[in-house]
Amino acid sequence: MNHPQMVMYEEEFTQIQAIVDRLVKEANAKVVFIVDKNGQLIAASGDIENIDTTSLASLTAGNIAATGGMAKLLKENEFATQFHEGEKANIHIQLVGNRVILVVIFDARSSLGLVRLRVRKASEDLNHVFESLLKKVEGPGADAPFAEITDEDIDNLFND
Amino acid sequence: MSFINYLSREINCKLVYYGPGLCGKTTNLQYIYNKTAPEAKGKMISLATEQERTLFFDFLPLSLGEIRGFRTRFHLYTVPGQVFYDASRKLILKGVDGVIFVADSQIERTEANIESIENLRLNLQEQGYSLDKLPYVIQYNKRDLPSAAPLEELRGLLNPSNVPEFEAIAAKGDGVFDTLKAVAKLVLTELRKGGGA
Repeated sequence: MNHPQMVMYEEEFTQIQAIVDRLVKEANAKVVFIVDKNGQLIAASGDIENIDTTSLASLTAGNIAATGGMAKLLKENEFATQFHEGEKANIHIQLVGNRVILVVIFDARSSLGLVRLRVRKASEDLNHVFESLLKKVEGPGADAPFAEITDEDIDNLFND
Repeated sequence: MSFINYLSREINCKLVYYGPGLCGKTTNLQYIYNKTAPEAKGKMISLATEQERTLFFDFLPLSLGEIRGFRTRFHLYTVPGQVFYDASRKLILKGVDGVIFVADSQIERTEANIESIENLRLNLQEQGYSLDKLPYVIQYNKRDLPSAAPLEELRGLLNPSNVPEFEAIAAKGDGVFDTLKAVAKLVLTELRKGGGA
């Protein structure tokens, strides 16, 4: 009944960002982003200026959670892949290592086949990174990063 | 489960408003949304039915300011209160860092309040959490209604462990921010302990 914090360090973040950047190029995607299962945005790449990634992150996580709920009712482990086809934009959602969600938004310049192919490789790479990240967070010497916060710090946050 | 990003120097936490149908969870979020400066909030999302009853959840991202150089961000969620949406409620509790139970003060909703708080405890247990260990506050909403039960009575029924509690009239905003601040403080204090447990 342990719920470890999700912590992101520079080393792993750089690796994750590189994977996401590469996926945008290789899949001809508009936007690629990674969300944890609780809806927190971890990384994003592509044309993210014109898109509300925070809202999308939370809805994606809700979507995966609902689909996971359906899977459970059908005695399936999970439905790892989802695809939604629109008139202009399409969205491909892939659960990676049952831990994080990889989302690819693409248009007519790409195709579902290409996206699927590239997502498969990116998922493997991401899985490695998150595994090593998890070991780091759970391993000895992982600091309690906010141990030094004082009551005053917390109060100050609300004095506006 | 909070999310600490050392690179963007952000702490992200998830708060969930829980309570029986029509107790005012969405109203809490709407008031917070309306009263928060544009730069401190994201878009509020409501997945609701045509009758504006919450179907899956409401979502509001808030930025509270900096603490030791880290931007603190809270993601506020509500659950659908109606009894038959229990499967959805369970999903929304995943990864929760703090819970606000919104009680409907009206005497005729007493049973619904008790049922909902028991449902909260049970659903948390299923996810491996304990309501007694989680940052948790209670809000007694609709204090202005003529059929509102006396505070003492509500307290006796709903708050045996004496967690922080607030009277509120969410539609007017009374008590809304006090409730939010109280639970946010508890969450950050938990984080200091190296929390997440």
